[in-house]
Parts: sequence; C-alpha cells; structure tokens
Amino acid sequence: MTVYLPIAELSVNIFVILGMGAAVGFLSGMFGVGGGFLITPLLIFYNIPPVVAVATGANQVVASSISGAITHFRRGTLDMKLGSVLLMGGLAGATLGVWIFSWLRRLGQLDLIISLLYVVFLGTIGSLMLAESLRAMRRAARNEKLPLKRPGQHNWVHRLPLKMRFKKSKIYLSAIPVVALGFGIGILTSVMGVGGGFIMVPAMIYLLRIPTNVVVGTSLFQIIFVTAYTTMVQAATNYSVDIVLATILMVAGVIGAQYGVRVGQKLRGEQLRALLGLLVLAVGLRLAVDLVLTPADIYSISVGGFGSP
Amino acid sequence: MTRFLSAALTLFAALAFAAPAPAQLLTGETPTIREGLEIGTSTSEIAITSDFRGADLTIFGALTNADELFLAIGQYDVVVTLEGPRDFATVRRKERVFGIWMNTRSMTFEQVPESYSIASTRHLDDIQRASALNSIPVGIDHLTLSPTGFVGNASLLADFREAYRRLKLTNGLYQRDTTGVRFVSPSLFRATVRLPANVPDGIHMVHAYLFKSGEMIMQKDLPLRVVKTGLEQAITDAAHEKPIAYGLFCVLIAVLTGWGASVIFRKE
Repeated sequence: MTVYLPIAELSVNIFVILGMGAAVGFLSGMFGVGGGFLITPLLIFYNIPPVVAVATGANQVVASSISGAITHFRRGTLDMKLGSVLLMGGLAGATLGVWIFSWLRRLGQLDLIISLLYVVFLGTIGSLMLAESLRAMRRAARNEKLPLKRPGQHNWVHRLPLKMRFKKSKIYLSAIPVVALGFGIGILTSVMGVGGGFIMVPAMIYLLRIPTNVVVGTSLFQIIFVTAYTTMVQAATNYSVDIVLATILMVAGVIGAQYGVRVGQKLRGEQLRALLGLLVLAVGLRLAVDLVLTPADIYSISVGGFGSP
Repeated sequence: MTRFLSAALTLFAALAFAAPAPAQLLTGETPTIREGLEIGTSTSEIAITSDFRGADLTIFGALTNADELFLAIGQYDVVVTLEGPRDFATVRRKERVFGIWMNTRSMTFEQVPESYSIASTRHLDDIQRASALNSIPVGIDHLTLSPTGFVGNASLLADFREAYRRLKLTNGLYQRDTTGVRFVSPSLFRATVRLPANVPDGIHMVHAYLFKSGEMIMQKDLPLRVVKTGLEQAITDAAHEKPIAYGLFCVLIAVLTGWGASVIFRKE
C-alpha cells in the first residue's frame, strides 16, 4: 500500500515507513534514546530527501521524548532550572542551525554535510560506547569494582565565572558551559534532525559532573522544547516538515518503544550499550561507505535556481 | 506534316508541364488547401490522490482538409507533448575531494519544464532535422536549456545538458514514446502521454504539432490541471501559506502521540 507524502512529494510504501518507525521506536525504548540519529539516516537510505528527513526527524523526536519526560517529571528527576538554562542555549543554537541549514542547501552542500556530521558523530559515539561497554564486561567477568569517582572532583569547567546554584541537582555550576552545551546541541538538532541526547547525556555526566539521576530527565526536557522549536522554524523557513511521514513514524515509534522498554529491562546494561554501540557504528559506516564509493551518477538535479558556487 | 508537328508539339508541351506539377504539390504551395488540427483530452484535470501512481492522458485529435495523396504516402506526422510547469533547475556535479565525493560544479538552467512527456507517430529524428526541432522547440533532446550566469566552456555546458536530460529520463519526469500517436482512421489519431508518479502539480500544457513532409504547419495547445486533492492539497497549502500554524500543528500531533502512548500503555 502506497501513501503519498505531500511535502517530500513522493509515494512511499506505508509498511516500510511503519516498520522503520516501529524498529527505531523499539530500539529507542530498549536503549533509552530518542532515536533521531537512527531515523534520519534510515529515511535518507529510503530516498527521502535529506532536507525533509532532517526536519521530520526533529518532529518525530518530540513525540518519542515526551513520554519519557513525563515519567521523569513525575518522579522528580528533572531539574527545571538547569533544563531552562540549557534550553536558552538550545533555542539560540537551533536558530543558528536552521540558518546554517538553509545556507548549505543554497550552496548544494547540505546532503554532504549531513552525511559527514553523521559519520563523525556516529563513528565517535559508537566507538566510545563499544569500548566502554567492552571494558565494563571484562571488569564484570573479573569481578572488579568500578574505580570510585567522587562527584565533587573539579575540572576546568568548574573554574568558570557566572556560577549558579541548581538546587535539584545539588550542584553549584557556571552557566557558561551549560548554555554552550545547549547551544551546540541546538545546532545539531536543526542540522541533523536529532535530539542530541546521545551527546548531551555523556557531556552532562562527565564534563559538567551533574548527578546521574537528574541527567536523563533534564536532557529530555531540553530536547522536547528544542526539537519542537526546530520543527516550527524548519516548517517556517524550509517548508520541509512532512506531517504525513512524521505521523506514521511517531505512531509506529511510540508503540515500538513500549515493547523496546520491556526487552531492555531484561538485558544487562553493558550488553545493551555494546549492542547500541555496534548499531550506531553500523549506521555511521554505511553513510561513510556512501560518501567514499563512486556514486552511480555524479550529476544530480534540484528544482529551483540557487546560483553558481 | 503540319499535323504531325502540331501533335509532337502538344505531346512535348504536355510532358513539359506534367513534370513540375507534382513538384509544386510536394512543396505544399497549393494555397487552396489549408490543413486543420483539432484536439481534445480525455480529462482537463488530473488529481494526485494519496495512492497516486502515475496516470495516462489520452489526447484525441482530428486532421481536417488533409491531402489524400500525402495521407496515403504517410507525409503527415503528429507529435503530442505534455509540458509540466516551468522552473529553474540546478544540475550539480560531484568530484572526489580527499576521497569523498562532493558537489563541486553546478549549472542552473532557466525556466525548463519540470516534467515533459512526448508521444509521436515515429522517431522525431525521422520527421525533421535537429535544427528545425530546436527552433520550435519540440523533443527532449531539443528543449531549450539556457544556463544562467557565466558558463566556463562549451564542453562543460554540453556535459551538463546531457546530464540534465539523462537524469530527467531516468527519474521518469521526462518520457518519450515514439509510437505513442496512432492513427485510428486516415484522419483521426489518438495519443497517449504518461504522467509519472512524481509529476509536479500545477498547470501543464498539452501541445500537439502537425508536421507535413517534415514542416511544422499547425500547433494546438490545451491546458491540463494537475492538482493535489483533498488532504494532500490541504497539507501542501497549509505548509506553504500558514507555515507557523502548520509547524504548531505538527508539534501538537507529536505531543499528543507521545503523551497518548504513555497514558494508554500505563493502564495495561
């Protein structure tokens, strides 16, 4: 059964899109990630124009993050103040990101930059995750304990000015790195169509030393608003959010996620991370191969005049 | 003797005048006969529905005042085209830079039809010379592709034009059918042009060209509206005319879906 996507302007098989959404939803539920970094490359592999894939990916992340955020809000594992500071940076970053996005599109380099960013980020994060989980597995096999890290330890981040007190996180921290982190993630949200949790969570834990229990909820809080904002701005400037595509993905995604959560609870943490690391690496590798392999056709057409380089 | 001479003269005269008569006919200078061309389409509007997978458009046509002799020896040719809305088109070329393929050169063509479907009685090259087809212009290989701005050298322009035509043919937006026009009676013909699944919406134009011994003598045009229907049209309109409201609606759907799922699955 085919369904016509009015913004992407092509007919697709509805079951392929449903399957994609459900599979990514399942994985995002299993690993506790938003899934934007998987859905966007998958859509590109399925010949959805990257412009539409990125903007629609951001919209899909709103849906997949919201139920998680509700849970964290109820449990009280969400630092509103920290989230709001992150969000300020995030909104500014997303605005700049959409501007960069439109500029790259005019230059004809958007597809390349999206792929390159994915290769770099997925490659780095995938390798780190895999290496870390393998170390953890080896430790577990030898019955060793984690080397103790005191949360009070200070690094260069903690010597910055403009300190603020975040009561819920029980932390006294400069606003500069928080805003900067949100800003960077905001750019990635609009250029790559991701929530950015896979970068934000490790950065909050290891760089900002924010207690682990509030990290996920707070990052989800920031992600929801930044992705929602990005959806709006993309819709207003590039007209590239496909509501039909997004709705199919979201519905399949949130259902898939519920089953993913159940399976995830039965697997062990380090095995889960190793699996996710492998998956992330595989997607990154596939994109890298596409960049390096000689394309079937070195020419491409786009409608409209964008001027010569 | 005089009778013989006059008979010979008459015969000579007859021979002398008999020869140019068909020649005059072949150049088509007989002023009294003026051929006519009438066309009609099976529909004046094509709707892109959610399960649209392309469509065929049938064009019926009649040849009036056709010359019997020319008809008999197949000197009339009909070419029917369906031209999509015009827009600028940018062709880009990739090159390997540090091992990675990236777009390095681009060329923008002025106001070219986004889609172009052509049907003819026979191969265009057999009907008329390329230069004459270029000046109408008719045919995928003869469409005017004029670049905007500065173009490096002529061979580059030729490469980009060739690539443009090849890509359009590959993705189905440009199509040709050299047997797409069939005469169902000596003066009635039927043409079928294909609209691909990815056909752009807007006003398309049906052009019918009548060729007589290779000369284009008549042209008839008819508009065809290709519209997205119902929900598709509403969505496209909303996305372009009320983008903020559209974006808000997209976010709202996402919020409802996410929130709804968490409510439904919690009860289980």
